[in-house]
Amino acid sequence: MTDAPENNFTATPLIRKRLRQETMAKWIFFGMAAAMVVPLLLIIGYLAVRAAPSLSLEFILDVPRRGMTAGGIWPALVGTIYLVFLSLAVSAPIGILAAIYLNEYARDNWFNRVINLAVLNLAGVPSIVHALFGLGAFVYAARFGYSIISAALTLAIMTLPVIIASTREALASVPPSFREACWNVGATRWQAIRAVVLPNAISGILTGVILQVSRAAGETAPIMFTGAVFFKAVERGDLFPYYLDEQCMALSMHLYTLSTQVPGVMESIPYATAIVLLGSVLLVNAMAISLRVYLRTRKKW
Amino acid sequence: MAVETHIEVTDLRLAYGHREVIHGISFDVRRGEIFGIIGPAQSAKTSLLRCLNRTIDFTPDTHVSGSIKIDGQDVRKTGSVYALRRKIGMVAPLPVGLPLTIYDNVAFAPRCAGLTRRSALAPIVERCLRQAALWDEVKDRLNSLGTRLSGGQQQRLTIARALSHQPEVLCLDEFSIAIDPVTTMRIEDVLKELRREMTIILVTNLTQQARRLADRTMFLWNGDIVEIGTTDVIFGDRPKDRRTYDYVQGIFG
Repeated sequence: MTDAPENNFTATPLIRKRLRQETMAKWIFFGMAAAMVVPLLLIIGYLAVRAAPSLSLEFILDVPRRGMTAGGIWPALVGTIYLVFLSLAVSAPIGILAAIYLNEYARDNWFNRVINLAVLNLAGVPSIVHALFGLGAFVYAARFGYSIISAALTLAIMTLPVIIASTREALASVPPSFREACWNVGATRWQAIRAVVLPNAISGILTGVILQVSRAAGETAPIMFTGAVFFKAVERGDLFPYYLDEQCMALSMHLYTLSTQVPGVMESIPYATAIVLLGSVLLVNAMAISLRVYLRTRKKW
Repeated sequence: MAVETHIEVTDLRLAYGHREVIHGISFDVRRGEIFGIIGPAQSAKTSLLRCLNRTIDFTPDTHVSGSIKIDGQDVRKTGSVYALRRKIGMVAPLPVGLPLTIYDNVAFAPRCAGLTRRSALAPIVERCLRQAALWDEVKDRLNSLGTRLSGGQQQRLTIARALSHQPEVLCLDEFSIAIDPVTTMRIEDVLKELRREMTIILVTNLTQQARRLADRTMFLWNGDIVEIGTTDVIFGDRPKDRRTYDYVQGIFG
């Protein structure tokens, strides 16, 4: 194009320099984003390889045998499911309702600021402290003893602030003009919330709740002090092996026990346990994502 | 038509925190007139409307004094604020199609008021959509989403919703800033029809719009009334206040 008499659209050195920076920036950001995937793939790959000799449906359905050095993980899996569902059954309603109050009703006064501060600080409390609190409050003070109830309530307290935060986030993403339009025609706050705010925030709220499953399933400390036990004799494949006032086994606890407390465990069993724990959490997360996608397609603006 | 005061505002003051934005204004709106309110940004036009239907209550840390009487009744001492809001139709600057179907958008207010029978709702929906000049365009798709309509259609849907609780006063807050001139004209025709049934308060940035529609116009500036007068005075050669002349003629300094 050198023979073009006058080209007003040629790149100046400044533009070329900016373009180089642009390309560099893009690749750096892409590199960081891609790096996120690597650890996950490495973890899963490593676990899968090491766990391969034990992984089977039989491993999931069977109970631990020969002093936990062989057999399966059924009681731990069921225990984890018990704990997760019970704790979320407690924390989800409380958290969602509290978040609705905080986001939709609360005025900016000292009392509500105290609530906000409490929620934030509760979210920052380490899980081992939650465990001690659960031990004191539920096991001893409330006399629930070392039981599924105590452990589930402890997990509920631990997940509560995060559920409140994510629910508030979801509610705040609904444009305020929708609420005002409702108020303008004489709707109460609750009528506006029910008709417009909740239907549009529900996907975000549910996602926030379901993501707490992975936390509740993965934490060891809070349940170790309050209701999880090393070993409990359970029928193979029994769906309802525990009473709520009994202690139970749990996957995270089981993994800790196998890895550190029991001599002579078959080498692949801890890895297989980790795979099952990871797999069930990923399964729940996948459900959360598909639910979110489904609800989003029904989103109306 | 006999001149009858519909809305009476006396020494209204409004402060957000310590910042007073309305400095004690008094004016009357007559029944059945189109009352134009013009004024630059920050002149508290929208705040005034929010005092009228008391949605100002939703904003924290506001202080209102003075009185606003509708039909002789002070809005701040009214028995039910929800009944008050149902007497006032409010149309916001940007169209707000609620994320509901067109039908539900219009039926929302009657439903909030406790009307749930479909046989009672359907005629209301049709009446309001006809009044807002939207019926012919949407009658075949009442169950599609209100948010899928075009901007101009959504604004008419907002007007239909504002009419659905049979208000006695219709407040329009710069309803035309997001829509094209042709649609604006259609809505202006709608307003000319509606004024037979209700009092209309028209807040507008377009001085020419007030000139076309309003019987009387108030010029608000920084929370004070500069001048209230009939349209031909305000937009004529000799309004009482020099600032009115300058603003209307577009040479405001």
